[in-house]
Amino acid sequence: MSANTHHTATPAEGLTFYMKDEHHPEQSTMIGFWIYLMSDCLIFAILFATYAVLGHSFAGGPTAKELFDLKLVAINTAMLLFSSITYGFAMLEMEKGNKGLLVSWLVVTFFFGACFLGIELYEFHHLIEEGAGPWRSAFLSSFFTLVGTHGLHVTCGLVWMAVLMVQISKFGINPANKRRLMTLSMFWHFLDVIWIGVFSFVYLMGVL
Amino acid sequence: MTADWTSLLFGKLTLEAIPYHEPILVVTFIGVAIGGLTVLGALTYFRLWGYLWKEWFTSIDHKKIGIMYIVFAIIMLLRGFADALMMRFQQAIAFNGNEGYFPPHHYDQVFTAHGVIMIFFVAMPFVTGLMNFVVPLQIGARDVSFPFLNNFSFWMTVAGGIIVMISLFVGEFAKTGWLAYPPLSDITYSPDVGVDYYIWGLQIAGIGTLLSGVNLIATILKMRAPGMSMMKMPIFTWTAFCTNILIVAAFPVLTAVLALLTLDRYVGTHFFTNTDGGSAMLYVNLIWIWGHPEVYILVLPVFGVFSEVVSTFARKRLFGYTSMVYATVVITILSYIVWLHHFFTMGSGASVNSFFGITTMIISIPTGAKMFNWLFTMYHGRIKYEVSMLWTIGFMVTFVIGGMTGVLLAVPPADFVLHNSLFLIAHFHNVIIGGVVFGVFAGINFWFPKAFGFRLNAFWGKMSFWFWLIGFYFAFMPLYVLGLMGVTRRMNQFDDPSLQIWFIIAAFGAFLILLGIGSFIIQILYSIWKRDELRDETGDPWNARTLEWSTSSPPPAYNFAFTPVVHDVDEWWFMKQNGYKRPLSGFIPIHMPKNTGTGAILAGLSVAFGFAMVWHIWWLALVSFVAIIGKTIHHTFNYNRDFYIPAEEVAAVEARRTQMLPAE
Repeated sequence: MSANTHHTATPAEGLTFYMKDEHHPEQSTMIGFWIYLMSDCLIFAILFATYAVLGHSFAGGPTAKELFDLKLVAINTAMLLFSSITYGFAMLEMEKGNKGLLVSWLVVTFFFGACFLGIELYEFHHLIEEGAGPWRSAFLSSFFTLVGTHGLHVTCGLVWMAVLMVQISKFGINPANKRRLMTLSMFWHFLDVIWIGVFSFVYLMGVL
Repeated sequence: MTADWTSLLFGKLTLEAIPYHEPILVVTFIGVAIGGLTVLGALTYFRLWGYLWKEWFTSIDHKKIGIMYIVFAIIMLLRGFADALMMRFQQAIAFNGNEGYFPPHHYDQVFTAHGVIMIFFVAMPFVTGLMNFVVPLQIGARDVSFPFLNNFSFWMTVAGGIIVMISLFVGEFAKTGWLAYPPLSDITYSPDVGVDYYIWGLQIAGIGTLLSGVNLIATILKMRAPGMSMMKMPIFTWTAFCTNILIVAAFPVLTAVLALLTLDRYVGTHFFTNTDGGSAMLYVNLIWIWGHPEVYILVLPVFGVFSEVVSTFARKRLFGYTSMVYATVVITILSYIVWLHHFFTMGSGASVNSFFGITTMIISIPTGAKMFNWLFTMYHGRIKYEVSMLWTIGFMVTFVIGGMTGVLLAVPPADFVLHNSLFLIAHFHNVIIGGVVFGVFAGINFWFPKAFGFRLNAFWGKMSFWFWLIGFYFAFMPLYVLGLMGVTRRMNQFDDPSLQIWFIIAAFGAFLILLGIGSFIIQILYSIWKRDELRDETGDPWNARTLEWSTSSPPPAYNFAFTPVVHDVDEWWFMKQNGYKRPLSGFIPIHMPKNTGTGAILAGLSVAFGFAMVWHIWWLALVSFVAIIGKTIHHTFNYNRDFYIPAEEVAAVEARRTQMLPAE
């Protein structure tokens, strides 16, 4: 303790107190976006937990086994996984600096993403027609909310992708656009991971 | 036909929603209207709108944003405290058949609003403001990682506050208590708009809080000056780091649980309803999984404040820096595994309750370690009793009492007796006032000269401190007594006349706190008036220890003309001890972000959106939502977001400082 209070008052030799050149802190966007994704992951964690608690509260209504159509969900899953692969191809083209192919792959990705959404909306519509809407039971409330929140994220991703396609066509592959493509890439693959959780935990375990 | 059209245009909003039949609200409205018009008129008369918009509202400078957070918190403190004062006087007179001035439905709104405002719109912006202002300076950075996001976060917090304030004069606020437990908060039992105001106010403010958490974590991880390893970060930065991790790991839970409640109310789902398989206790669990970390979100940064204040005014390096860091980290982790102690009476069984009771008690160990670290820092120090040091000592005594009653409540059998009693109310005010509020005042007194270049007047500061301290004990010690006698919370009148004396003492305490708040306002105004006498030109009025004190007061927009190289936890002290000379030449252009109005505009649109959702005005909700998305996309088309401050300008700013400093 006492050593701390008795600093030497004579100027020490060879100490540098500041940088003479400009200091370039590391780019924060990636870590910042990671942290944001983890917070988003927590929202899904809560929705998964809610589904775990309420997933068997059928309230006399239809059960998971009666409702889920695995074939449809399998096609849907394939759409999303394809879209992730094609996004990867888009990123490769970005690295090569090939603007045309980059945008083309983004268009393909957008198409798969839109298919995924379309199939999901069809499924929702079908369930509601059958009288199995989110207001039917706590099970269906938590099902629709978990899957719907994922769908909402995909929608946001699609809007983002559309805007980025315009921006890349207009401004080219500049550092800002590269950064945006990287963050959207993280977001898109993150949604894939979440979907794997939804597919196994909700659909597979629901039907088994 | 007309009814259809009005409901299409105005949703559930009718003239009846304006509470013109409630005299208290009418008088409040007149007061607020006169005050508001005076301020607006003055701003217009002195032509300050342009200045405010250009220099403050659109500013992405972390220092200005920090100051705006604190101004916002002070304004909301007045509202929250007005609620408190009215409740204390209501309870002091509502005996022997006297119903007081608050009927139950109004009293319920007042205590709900008091809790919500004090936590979300006073304590949160206070600590966020301090972190925003201080952290980048302490780590030798020019700004935060995402300066625009910082401005946006601030405005979203304000937007949430505005929505809560609107409920005072249009419609009503929630009558559910500050956590809006279902089934009471479900549409069946709360069909009015109160809970909707609560939901949208908190959701919108929550976006701001979460993003500012992300921002500060990234800042602390990536923007530290060269040489500053994690274990050389100033202790306030450490507590801010842990706090923001807590924010990012806790606020999504609140967002999710409020979204589920929203669905129950708007869509008719069954998450928390009594019927069709819903579980109200799920809500209670989820909201406390956010709620318990929340109290540490509030208190950890002020632990950092006290640490800085104690080592500065004891003229010593902080005792046990490493243990302080570990204690902070341990509290961060433990805060996630204690939530169930808020509802031992739920009936989870003895084993579950024991687990959570024990984890709760364990938290007192790292907290106790911190307390001893502060004491040992003071030991053998040459203590200067500046105002912030008084707040710190007041905190140490008061917080220990609050902590010990907390350990009492952590014992499940005791909690069964004390649950929802005034003992609990006394406990959490004891730690929140004795901890957070005292810490915030210590911080404001400590860093005010850094922010504005002149000190706060010490006499009025001491008045404020003593009124608050004594007022606190008068206001809350009686509640411990009443709680032990079994008096429950949230009552607007009482039958047993023997209780009245305690409530009168408590009301007297609230009056003393009123004088404390008044003294604080006078302290600020008087100091502005006498600013030339209180001027500090050195930039280091307390002979302090960390990097923020190496800059001028107020610091230039770019904070540091040259990025510091760090050798020690108390780097500024180290510089002073080792013959640091201010650089006088060789300045280089500095890269800075540009101001933007996008944050304020998005927040304004969010207020419209929230209001529309509360009143089911669907067209407005749609329009404002589309506008929010449109404005966001529009913002991303702006690639030209930064500029360079030319070297000559840096040189001129630094030369002005050189003139102020005594010649070496």
